[in-house]
Amino acid sequence: MSPEDSTMQDPPGERSIAAAEATRLEAAAETADGTVAPPAVPAAHQSGDLGDDRSRQSALRQMLSSNAMVSVLSVLLALIVGGILIAATDEEVGETASYFFSRPGDMLSAAWSAAAGAYAALFQGAFFNFGADSVQRFFYPLTQTLTVATPLILAGLGVAVAFRTGLFNIGAQGQIIIGAAMAAWVGFAVHLPVGLHLLLVIIAGMLGGAIWAGIAGILKARTGAHEVIVTIMLNYVAINLVLFLLSTPAFQRPGSSNPISPQLDANAMFPPLLGSGFRLHWGFVLAVLATVFIWWLMNRSTIGFELKAVGANPSAARNAGISTTKGYVVVMLIAGALSGLAGVAQVAGTEKVLTSGVAASFGFDAITVALLGRSSPWGTFAAGLLFGAFRAGGVTMQTNTGTSIDIVLVVQSLIVLFIAAPPLVRSLFRIPPPGAFKTTGKRSSKNPKTAGGAA
Amino acid sequence: MKLELKGITKRFGALVANDHIDLVVEPGQVHSLLGENGAGKSTLMNVLYGLYEPTEGEILVDDRPVTFNGPSDAMAAGIGMVHQHFMLVPVFTVAENVALGNETTKLAGMLNLEQTKRRIREISDQYGFDVDPDAVVEDLPVGVQQRVEIIKALIRDAEVLILDEPTAVLTPRETDELLGIMRQLTEDGKSVVFISHKLREVKAVSDVITVIRRGKVVGSADPSASTTELASLMVGRSVSLNLNKAPATPGEETFVVENLTIASATGPALLDGVSFGIRRGEILAVAGVQGNGQTELTEAIMGLQDHVTGSIRLDGEELVGRRTRDIINSGVGFVPEDRNVDGLVGTFSVAENLVLNRYDQAPFARGVSLRPAVIEANAAEKITEFDIRTQSAATAAGTLSGGNQQKVVMARELSRPLQLFIASQPTRGVDVGSIEFLHRRIISERDVGTPVMIVSTELDEVLELADRIAVLYGGRLMGIVPADTSRDVLGQMMAGMSADEATAQHTDSKGGAK
Amino acid sequence: MSTATTLPASTPAATVGVRSWKTPIILMVLSLLGLAVFALGAPSNDVTFRLSDPGEAIVLPELVVSAPVVGWFTAVLMVAAAAWALMLTRSGRRVPVWVVAVFGLLFVIGFLTWVVGSANTPNVALYGLLSGSFALAIPLIFGSLSGVLCERSGVVNIAIEGQLLFGAFAAAVAGSLSGNAFVGLFAAAVAGAMVSLVLAVFSIKYIVNQVIVGVVLNVLVSGLTGFLFSTLLSSDAAKWNSPPSLPPIRIPLLADIPILGPILFNQSIVGYLMYIALAAVYIGLFHSKWGLRTRAVGEHPKAADTLGVNVNRTRFMNVLLAGVVAGVGGAFFTLVSVSAFNRDMTGGQGYIALAALILGRWNPLGALLAALLFGFATNLQYVLSLLGTAVPNQFLAMLPYIVTIFAVAGVVGKSRAPAASGVPYIKG
Repeated sequence: MSPEDSTMQDPPGERSIAAAEATRLEAAAETADGTVAPPAVPAAHQSGDLGDDRSRQSALRQMLSSNAMVSVLSVLLALIVGGILIAATDEEVGETASYFFSRPGDMLSAAWSAAAGAYAALFQGAFFNFGADSVQRFFYPLTQTLTVATPLILAGLGVAVAFRTGLFNIGAQGQIIIGAAMAAWVGFAVHLPVGLHLLLVIIAGMLGGAIWAGIAGILKARTGAHEVIVTIMLNYVAINLVLFLLSTPAFQRPGSSNPISPQLDANAMFPPLLGSGFRLHWGFVLAVLATVFIWWLMNRSTIGFELKAVGANPSAARNAGISTTKGYVVVMLIAGALSGLAGVAQVAGTEKVLTSGVAASFGFDAITVALLGRSSPWGTFAAGLLFGAFRAGGVTMQTNTGTSIDIVLVVQSLIVLFIAAPPLVRSLFRIPPPGAFKTTGKRSSKNPKTAGGAA
Repeated sequence: MKLELKGITKRFGALVANDHIDLVVEPGQVHSLLGENGAGKSTLMNVLYGLYEPTEGEILVDDRPVTFNGPSDAMAAGIGMVHQHFMLVPVFTVAENVALGNETTKLAGMLNLEQTKRRIREISDQYGFDVDPDAVVEDLPVGVQQRVEIIKALIRDAEVLILDEPTAVLTPRETDELLGIMRQLTEDGKSVVFISHKLREVKAVSDVITVIRRGKVVGSADPSASTTELASLMVGRSVSLNLNKAPATPGEETFVVENLTIASATGPALLDGVSFGIRRGEILAVAGVQGNGQTELTEAIMGLQDHVTGSIRLDGEELVGRRTRDIINSGVGFVPEDRNVDGLVGTFSVAENLVLNRYDQAPFARGVSLRPAVIEANAAEKITEFDIRTQSAATAAGTLSGGNQQKVVMARELSRPLQLFIASQPTRGVDVGSIEFLHRRIISERDVGTPVMIVSTELDEVLELADRIAVLYGGRLMGIVPADTSRDVLGQMMAGMSADEATAQHTDSKGGAK
Repeated sequence: MSTATTLPASTPAATVGVRSWKTPIILMVLSLLGLAVFALGAPSNDVTFRLSDPGEAIVLPELVVSAPVVGWFTAVLMVAAAAWALMLTRSGRRVPVWVVAVFGLLFVIGFLTWVVGSANTPNVALYGLLSGSFALAIPLIFGSLSGVLCERSGVVNIAIEGQLLFGAFAAAVAGSLSGNAFVGLFAAAVAGAMVSLVLAVFSIKYIVNQVIVGVVLNVLVSGLTGFLFSTLLSSDAAKWNSPPSLPPIRIPLLADIPILGPILFNQSIVGYLMYIALAAVYIGLFHSKWGLRTRAVGEHPKAADTLGVNVNRTRFMNVLLAGVVAGVGGAFFTLVSVSAFNRDMTGGQGYIALAALILGRWNPLGALLAALLFGFATNLQYVLSLLGTAVPNQFLAMLPYIVTIFAVAGVVGKSRAPAASGVPYIKG
C-alpha cells in the first residue's frame, strides 16, 4: 500500500489506521533499537501533502507514479470501458459484427465512430458548443456544467468532512431532500423583501439538512448506532416524508393533484450569475465560498483539528480531552448544512419548485465526488466539476447521439473504483509503484484484542 | 525431536530484525531465549512458526532441512506456539477454538465437536489443567486462556512448544504453575522454547539460555549464571539496576482518592472502594498484574470512565463528574499505557501531537484559528529539549520508534505546569537508552514538587521509581507499602493477599526457614 | 517460601450492576401510545379478518372482533408488560427477550385492528396480507443471507442492492434469450457472483475500503443495467426483456394446512430455494467445519491464520457464495413477481435486506424474522391504501426504516457485529 492511497483504502481513523499503526510499531518494538520501518499508513493524507520520501525519485518516475497520474489514468480507463460499452450496444456495430470475419474494418470503424461520437457530444455538452452561432451559445454548455456541479460540490463537501472525521455519511440524499423541503417552504409560503428572503431560504435549507444529519450524529454519539445504516435509512424516511408533505395543503400546489409545490417567490431565488440567458446562478458562488470555508475549517481552525483527531484516532482524541461524541454531532451538523445548501441550490436555483425528485441522485453522486476528491475540499470541488461536466454533457449526448445518460453513472463509478485501487491501475499500465522504499506491509492490520483482557 | 535454526536472518526492508541466528533445541529441554523488548525474539519465533519467511538461513528438524510456508507446515512438523497475544476467538467455546484448523468432521463436513471435547478432557486431566471444553473463552481468566492455547498445541501433537512471553499476563502464583507445566512437558520428552526478558523465571526453569540482543545471538549462559551477568549480557553493557535517585521530600497531600468504585455492565465492579493519597514531591507506584483495574483507575481520574462513584480530589477540587478537558486544564498530565492507541494520533505530525491537548489555547490558537507558526516553533523547542529523533516536526508521529513516540507524549505532558502527573507503563516497548531518560524526567518532575503516580506491571520499574507502592488486585487495593518491600511480599499482594497478611506470612516463612 | 498456601484473602469484588433503562422506557412509551390510540381512539365498529381464501381445501370462518375490545385488551396487556419490565430493571434484572417479543406481537395486533377498524372498509383478507408479506420478504431473505455470509467472514456487504439488481437483470435477459426460466435463474446466480467478484477483488486483494466498494458497486450496477435497459431492452423488449416466469408449485397436503399452507407450500422454485438456502446457511454456519472457519475468520482472522486457515481465501469464497445467493434472490423480481426487468426495479430492497441482517443480529434466523417483519410492513402499506385508511401510506412505508434506526440505536438490545467485519486482513 502506498502512502497517498490511504484516504481511499482505509476508513478515516476508526480502528484500522490506529490498528495498522499499532501493529507496525509492534514490529518496530521487536527490532533492535527501535528504528522503524516505513509506515504502512502514511501521515501525509491528513495534510494532503505527499511527504518527503519521494524527493529521492527521478522527476519522470515521480510523475508517472504520482497520485495525479493514477487519477488521470483512472479516468481514461473508465472512459475506455464506457466507450466499449457504447460501441458494443450500438446498432450499426451489431450489424457490421455479423460479417466481422470478412471485413473486420467495418465493425471497428463503426465501433470507433459510435464511442467517439458519443464522447464528442458529451464534451460539447459539457464545455463548448463548437457548432454554436453565438458566443452565448458557445459557452452555454460550460455554464450548464457549473450549474449541475453546484449541488454536487456542496453535498460532496458534506460527505468529505464527515469522512475526515471518520464517519461515512451515506445520507446526503436525505439531507438534500429535507433541506430543499424546508428551504422551499420558506420560499413560497413566506413573503419577504429582496435579500432577506433568500437569506432566510438559505438558513432554512441549512437547518433542514443539519437536523437530518444531526439525527445520525446524535445516535452515533449517544448509542454508537452505525452511521452508515442510520443515514441510509434516513434517506428513505426523508423521501417518504416529503412525499407525504407534498400531499398536504401546506406544501401542495393549489389546484394540483400531483406531488409538486408552488413556485418559490422571485425574491427567494438565487439571481442568475450571467444574466437570464444562462441557468447558472449565484448558488455556484456559494459553492466556491463553501469550499474556501471548509478548507479553512479543516486546515486552519481548532474545530477542524478536533474533527480530524476524532477521525484519525478517536481514542487518543478522548485522552486529549477532545470529545468524540461532540465531534460526531458537530461534523454531522456541518455535513448536513452543506447538503442542505445543495438542496437550496436545487429549489432556489435550478428547479424553482419542490418535488420528490428534487435531489435527483446528487446525494449518491456526492459520495463518489468526495471519494474522487479524496475528501480534501479542493479535490472535492474539482471532482464536483468533473462529474457536473459528465452530467451536463450526458444530457446533450443522449439527445444528440441517443446514447443513454446512464453510461455516465457507469463511468463515474468505474473512476472511483480505479482510483481506489492504484495497484490495479499501475499494473494495467505497467507503471512502477511509488516510492523507492518497500513497504513492510506483510503484517496484519488487525490488532485483535487479546481474548478477555480483564480477568 | 531436535530443532535447529541455522543462520536465520530476517529483514524488513532496510531493517535487520534477526541477524544470522543459530539455535539448537534438544528434546526434553527448556531452552530460554532471553532478550530485551525489541531484541528480535518474537520475530525469530514467527519465522520458526512459519508466519514470516526468513530472508536467509534454514530450519532443521531432526537434522533434515524444512521449509514452512505457513503455520500449518510448522504445526505438521510438530511445532506449537503460544503467542504473547492469545490467538483465541473470544466468542467461541474452548472446544471450538481448539477444533479450529484441525476439525474432525462427520458426514458432509459437519463438525464432530464431541471428539474434540474428549481429547481436551484427556489432555486437561493429564496435566491438571481443569479446563471446561464448553466454556466461552472470553469468560475465562487469562491463566486458563493460556492453558487453552497450550491444549491447542498439544492436541496437534506438538513436540516443540514455543511460549512467547507467557508470564507477562500472569500473577506470580500462576507463573509458578506455568513453570511447573513446562517441567511436566519436558519430562514427557517434549521441548519448550521459553521467550522472556524476566531473569528470575528464566533462571528458574531453563536447561539452556540463549541471549539475544539487537537481532543477534550474543551468547549462551548456564542457568546458574548470576542475574547481573545475564542482565549485562542482555543489555550489552554493565547495568546498574539503580537510578540513584535522591530520597523523596514529600510535602502536603494534594491528591486524594476516596472510595473510588466503577460499576460494570456485566460482571463484578472494575474498581471497588479504592482509597489513597499522593503527596507533593512523591511517586506512588501502582503495581499489579495487567488487567486488575489499573487502566480503569487512571481513566477514572482522567474522566474517561462512566459509572464512577466515590471521590477524586486535586487541591481540594472534586474531579469526578468533570470533563476530561477540564481535568487536563486543571493541571493533570497523563501518559496513557498504550501510546499508539491513546496517546498519539499516528497520522498527525509530531508538531500537532505536541499540542494535542492544548491546540485551542493561547499561544497555539487565536479564537478558533490555529497559529501554525507557533505550533511549529513549539515543536522545534521540544524536539531539542527531549531529544526526539525525528526527520522533522512535520513527520507523522506514527513513523517514530517506540521510545521517540513516548518522548513526544512525555514532552507534551511535562511541558506545562502540573498539579499531578500520571504515567501508565511509561517505558513499555521503549529501548534502554530512552528508558533511563524517561525515568529521569519522571523523577525530576517529582523533585519540582508534583505528586506523581506511576502505573506499571513491571515490578523492576515499580521498585526503581516508587517512593511508596500500592498494589491492585481484582479492582481492589491490597494495601500501600514502602518502597523497600520485598518482591515476595509484593508478589503475594499481586496475587490477592492483603498487605498485612502477606507481610505476616513472609515473616513466618523466614522464621520457619531459620 | 511456599507460595502454594491458600489465597483466600480477598473475595471477588462485589457486583455493582449498570442498569439499562432503554428497553423499559421504550416499552412504556409504546404502550402509552397504544393506550391512547388503539384503546381510547378505537373505532366503535367490528373488524373482519378473512382467514382463508374461499378456494382452499379447508376454509376457516371469518374472524369478527370488536375494535374497542381488542384495542383495550392489547393496550392493557402492553402497559402491564411495560410495567413489569420497569420493575425488573429496577431490581437490577434484565428484561427477557420473550417479553419484548410478546409486546411486539400485541402491538401489531392492536395496531392492525385499529387501523383496519378505522378504514372505510373494516374488512381485510388476512391470508392475502400474510402471503403478500411473505412474497415481499423472499428477496429480502436472500439478500440478508448474502449479507450474513459476507459479514460473518469479515467483509461488509453494502452491495446487496447491486447483487439483487444484477441478478434480476441477468435473469430477465438470459431467460428471454433462451426462453427457459431455469437458464435465467442460473444466469442470475452467476450475475450475483460477478458483483461479488468485484467486491472481493477490490476489498480483499486491493484492500479498498469495503463500504466504499459496496456503495460504488451499487451505482455501477444501477448505471450498467439502466444503460443496457435503455439501449437493448427497451428497443426490442420481445427479444431481450420477456422472460418466462417460474410458476408456483403446490405441494400436496402441506399446502392444505389452513392459513400457513398456501403461503409456505405454494411457492415458486425460488421460494423453495430460499428454504434450502436458509437451512444450509444456518446449519452450515453453526455446525460445519466451513462455518467454524468462516466465523473465526470474521471474528479473529489472525487466530485463524496461525492455525493454518487461509483467511483471504475463506473470505473470497464466502463473498462469491454470497453473490450467488443474492443473485438468485434477484431472479425473484423478474422470474416470479413481474415478468420483465425495469430500471432500478429492486428499489432499495438490498438496503432493507442489510437492515434485516443487522436487526436479525447477523443470525440467519434473526434475519428471516426481520425480513418477514419488513415484508409485512411494506405489504400492509399496499393493503391499507386499498382499504382507504386514515394513516398516510408514506408513514407505513417509512416503518421498516424507522424500526431499523431504533434497532441499531440499541433499543432492542445491543447487537454485536462480527469483530473483524469491515477490517481487511493483511497477512503477517
